[in-house]
Amino acid sequence: MPKANVTFEDIGVTVSVPAGTRLIEISEKVGAGITYGCREGECATCMMKIVSGMENMSEGSVLEDKVLQENMASRKHRLACQAQVLGGEIVVRPG
Amino acid sequence: MTDSPVAIAPGVHWIGALDPQLRIFDVILKTANGTTYNAYCVRGETGVAIIDTVKAEFADTFFEHLEQVARYDEITAIVLNHLEPDHTGALPELMRRAPNARLYISVKAQTMLKGLLKSEDLEYTPVNTGDTVDLGGRTLTFLNTPFLHWPDTQCTYLNEEAMLFSGDVFGCHFCDSRLFNDRVGDFRFSFEYYYQHIMRPFREHVRAGLDLIEPLELSLIAPAHGPILRDAPRSYVQRYRQLAAPLLHNEAADRAKTLLIFYISSYGNTARMALAVRDGAEEVEGVRASLYDLQGGEVAPFVDLIEEADCIVFGSPTINGDAVKPIWDLLSSLAVVNIKDKLGAAFGSYGWTGEAVAMVEDRLRGLKLRVPVRGVKAKLIPNEAELAQCWMLGHQLAEHLTGRNARRVIDMSELLNV
Repeated sequence: MPKANVTFEDIGVTVSVPAGTRLIEISEKVGAGITYGCREGECATCMMKIVSGMENMSEGSVLEDKVLQENMASRKHRLACQAQVLGGEIVVRPG
Repeated sequence: MTDSPVAIAPGVHWIGALDPQLRIFDVILKTANGTTYNAYCVRGETGVAIIDTVKAEFADTFFEHLEQVARYDEITAIVLNHLEPDHTGALPELMRRAPNARLYISVKAQTMLKGLLKSEDLEYTPVNTGDTVDLGGRTLTFLNTPFLHWPDTQCTYLNEEAMLFSGDVFGCHFCDSRLFNDRVGDFRFSFEYYYQHIMRPFREHVRAGLDLIEPLELSLIAPAHGPILRDAPRSYVQRYRQLAAPLLHNEAADRAKTLLIFYISSYGNTARMALAVRDGAEEVEGVRASLYDLQGGEVAPFVDLIEEADCIVFGSPTINGDAVKPIWDLLSSLAVVNIKDKLGAAFGSYGWTGEAVAMVEDRLRGLKLRVPVRGVKAKLIPNEAELAQCWMLGHQLAEHLTGRNARRVIDMSELLNV
């Protein structure tokens, strides 16, 4: 199975995960500072910054793009409860 | 007096409603004196603004008051400082009656407005700090003050009168038809109580909001609940500044991160683990670790301690498959303080099954704490190896607190049983 490496910059931990993993599945368990509210792509509490590797993330859904836009997110932001990693190297941090 | 609108300046009226019988507000707040839902009408030479409305049950009173000071076709602006239903209950009907009015809400209020009116097809203007509305000889200027106490909250300043329509900030649940702070009964405890329950979890945002408000000239503060503050309005701003400061003086603040360990122990086993956690944390320079036995304390002072702490660790036995009640009592009392992004951890001894540690860790994550180090559980009497794990738990937490944690690479499978 293809793997990806996700680095949580705020705590200095890199996790090797199967492609298709959502950030929400790992960020809490590893103790990263990304926090969650509704966990279903509506509240934007889990908005995070993709420091590098956006090309290795899934495309945002219509719902995610709408919520990001409503919360004035930059193009580097994604929702950790929605975004999936597809492969390669990705670096994220809260915010 | 308040059967009619009340002039607070030439062309500026209170048009809200009194709710003297209310005793519980929004489930969480008690009030011995009811409350008021304050709304205001500001008249300029070319336009009229309505600032906030009232709870839906009081809409008739609101419209009766409004109609005594303005015609609906004169209204050019509806300003919502906060979209909670106690301020927007009359909004749909007001929008229907005043079709010429433009709706002004904060940038963060847009999704709430859609949820409130159940429509995606709405006409409104999102505003931010410094944006203005011209009423002809009178200007409303907006101050974006998020999280005072919702994401959408803002204040509106009437430049020419130096009046601040502050929304819930500087408000309180206190109903007195004499309306002005120099005429109503003693409402000081209501003001303090309101701050402690509504604003306290957002004190960093309170400080940011005060940075915007303090430079303003202030002749009067008109909040959305409780007395209008026309006598010494700046004293209430100063009081908020005091209340938003750290509650406890931390003797070690400039040299140490604080790690608090709360434990409870039936036979001394979880207590022994707590000591080991503390010893591990104390080994790291720059960390002040403290132990508290929950059997000997009350919840409120511990909440104050937690508000100022950097890391909180809970030690609980497992009894009948659950963490024990004093732990849950403390963990269910933290909504009044900001604990987001603090570090958290759990440990404990158990007899049969040992669920408490994972349950507490899940609760800490749910409260938006970070749980970077896996907890430790020990069956009955902790042995040397388990006490060493506890020591390491404290030590690693302290390293995280001080930025000394080693960078590491792990496989996701290591997280699956966390």
